[in-house]
Amino acid sequence: MKRVPWLVPTLYILFLLLPIYWLVNMSFKTTNEILGSFTLWPRNFTLDNYVKIFTDPTWYNGYINSITYVLINMVLSIVVALPAAYAFSRYRFLGDKHLFFWLLTNRMAPAAVFALPFLQLYSAVGLFDTPIAVALAHTLFNIPLAVWILEGFMSGVPKELDETAYVDGYSFWGFFFKIFVPTIAAGIGVAAFFCFMFSWVELLLAKTLTSVAAKPIAATMTRTASTSGYELGLLAAAGTLTIVPGAIVIYFVRNYIAKGFALGRV
Amino acid sequence: MNKTVNQKAWFFVLPVVLLVAFNAIIPLMTVVNFSVQETFGDNMFFWAGVRWFEQVLQSDRFHAALGRQILFTAIVLLIEIPLGLAIALTMPRKGPWVSVCLVLMALPLLIPWNVVGAMWNIFALPDIGLLGRLINGLGIEYNYTRQIFSAWFTMVLMDVWHWTSLVVLLCYAGLVSIPDAYYQAAKVDGARPWAVFRYIQLPKLKYVLTIAILLRFMDSFMIYTEAVVLTGGGPGNATTFLSIDLQKIALGQFDLGPAGAMSIIYFLIILFFSWLFYTLMMKDEAR
Repeated sequence: MKRVPWLVPTLYILFLLLPIYWLVNMSFKTTNEILGSFTLWPRNFTLDNYVKIFTDPTWYNGYINSITYVLINMVLSIVVALPAAYAFSRYRFLGDKHLFFWLLTNRMAPAAVFALPFLQLYSAVGLFDTPIAVALAHTLFNIPLAVWILEGFMSGVPKELDETAYVDGYSFWGFFFKIFVPTIAAGIGVAAFFCFMFSWVELLLAKTLTSVAAKPIAATMTRTASTSGYELGLLAAAGTLTIVPGAIVIYFVRNYIAKGFALGRV
Repeated sequence: MNKTVNQKAWFFVLPVVLLVAFNAIIPLMTVVNFSVQETFGDNMFFWAGVRWFEQVLQSDRFHAALGRQILFTAIVLLIEIPLGLAIALTMPRKGPWVSVCLVLMALPLLIPWNVVGAMWNIFALPDIGLLGRLINGLGIEYNYTRQIFSAWFTMVLMDVWHWTSLVVLLCYAGLVSIPDAYYQAAKVDGARPWAVFRYIQLPKLKYVLTIAILLRFMDSFMIYTEAVVLTGGGPGNATTFLSIDLQKIALGQFDLGPAGAMSIIYFLIILFFSWLFYTLMMKDEAR
C-alpha cells in the first residue's frame, strides 16, 4: 500500500464506474441485442432509445414535471432559509437551540412514515397531483438542509461587516440584499445545489403525491419497468438522462459535497 | 462568534417554522391518530388505545423486519466506515488528481435512488448483466431474484457502491483540515505511519466520523426506493426492510392502525439513536 498509494482509490473509482458504464452501454443498444446476446459494448449502436424519450410526451413530460417541482422547491427553500439562517448565525433567542435540533429531526424522518399522511393532507388542501404538492413536501428535508448549510457559511462572515454597514447608513434590508447576500453567494449556490439534488433523487414522496398530470420521471421509469416488460434499453436511456444534471454541476461544488451531505456540519 | 440576544429574530425564523410545521407536525399527528384508533371504513374511527402498539410490538412480522433492518444496517456500517476511511487516507491531497477523484467519487451520490436500484438490477442480472455474468462465470451459482444470499449480497454491494463515497468525502474533508505542521512535527519525532494515524489523524477525524456514522445509520435504516426497485423485498420476504414492510401495510393492505403504530415505533428508534449521536457530536463541537 505504501508503494502504490493510488491503487486503492483507482480500484474504488473503477468499481464506481462499472455499473454506470453498463447502464450507458445498454442505453445505446437495441432491445434485440440486449436480450439476444451478451456484448461489452454496443455492436449496433443506436440512438433510438433517446429519440423515443425526446419525442414521446409521456417520457419528456416526466422530465418537465420533475424539473418543475425541483425548481419550485429550490427557490422556496432558499428564500425562507436565508433570513432564518441569518437569525441563527447572528442572534440568540428563546428556544433557538431546540429549534435547530427540531429542524434536524425532520432529516431523520423516514419518508415511508410520511407518505400516507402527506397523501391525505395534500388531497385535503386540493394540491394532489400538482408540482406544488411535491415541492412543498420536499421542503420537509430541504429547508432544514438549506438553513444548516447557510448558517455554516454565514457564521464564517465576521460580524464587523454588519456593523460597518450600519455605520455607513445602510438600513437592515439594504445591507442584507446589497452587501450580505453577495458576500455569501457561494454558500447560496451550494445550498441551492443540494436542495436541487435531494429533491431530484427522492422518489417515494414524489410518486405518492402525483398520479397523471404531474408524474415525475422516476415514476414513469418504475411503471415502464413493471408493466411493459423488457424495454431495458429505454429504461437505461431514461436513467442515463437523470444522471446528467448532477454530473454537469458536480465540478463546481466538489469541495462542498461533504459539507452539503453533512447538513453543513463539516 | 458572540451573538446578541434578540427575540425579534423569531420573525426571521417564522416562515421556516410554519412551512416545516405544516409538513412535519400535521402528518405526524395524523399518524398518531391512526395509531390509537380503529376504523371500519367510511371515515368512522373508534378509540383503540394502545392495542395497535401491543399488536405491532408482539407480531413476528415486525420482529423479522426489524431484525433484517438491524442486520442490514450493521453490515453496511461495518463495511462502509472502514473502507471509506481507508480510501480517504490513500487519496492524493494535492495536484490535479484531487478534483478528478472528488468528482468521480461523488457521482453515485447524485443519482436518483430509483435509478440506482434500476442500474444494479440491470448490472446484476444473471443472463445479461455484467456482474451476474461474471459471478456465474466463476462457477458460483448466482441469481438475486431467487437466492436469499445473492439478494443480500447484491443489496449490500449496491449500498456500498452508493454511499461509501459519502464516508470518503467526509473523512477527506477532515484530513485536509489538518495543518502540515502536525505532520512535520511527527516527522521530526520520527513517528511511524501507524502512530501518525493513531495520534494525529484519528483524533482530528473523530468529529467527521461521528457525522458519517450518524448519516449512514439514519439513511440505511430508512432505505426504501433502491431496495424496492432492486428486489421488491424478495425473494419471499428476505429483503423486506422496515420501510418496505410499512409501505406494504399502509398502502398495500390499508391497515392504518398497525401502520400508524409501526410508524411511530420506527420513528422513535431512529430519533433515539440520532439524538445519541447528535449529543456526542455537539459535545465535540463545543470543545
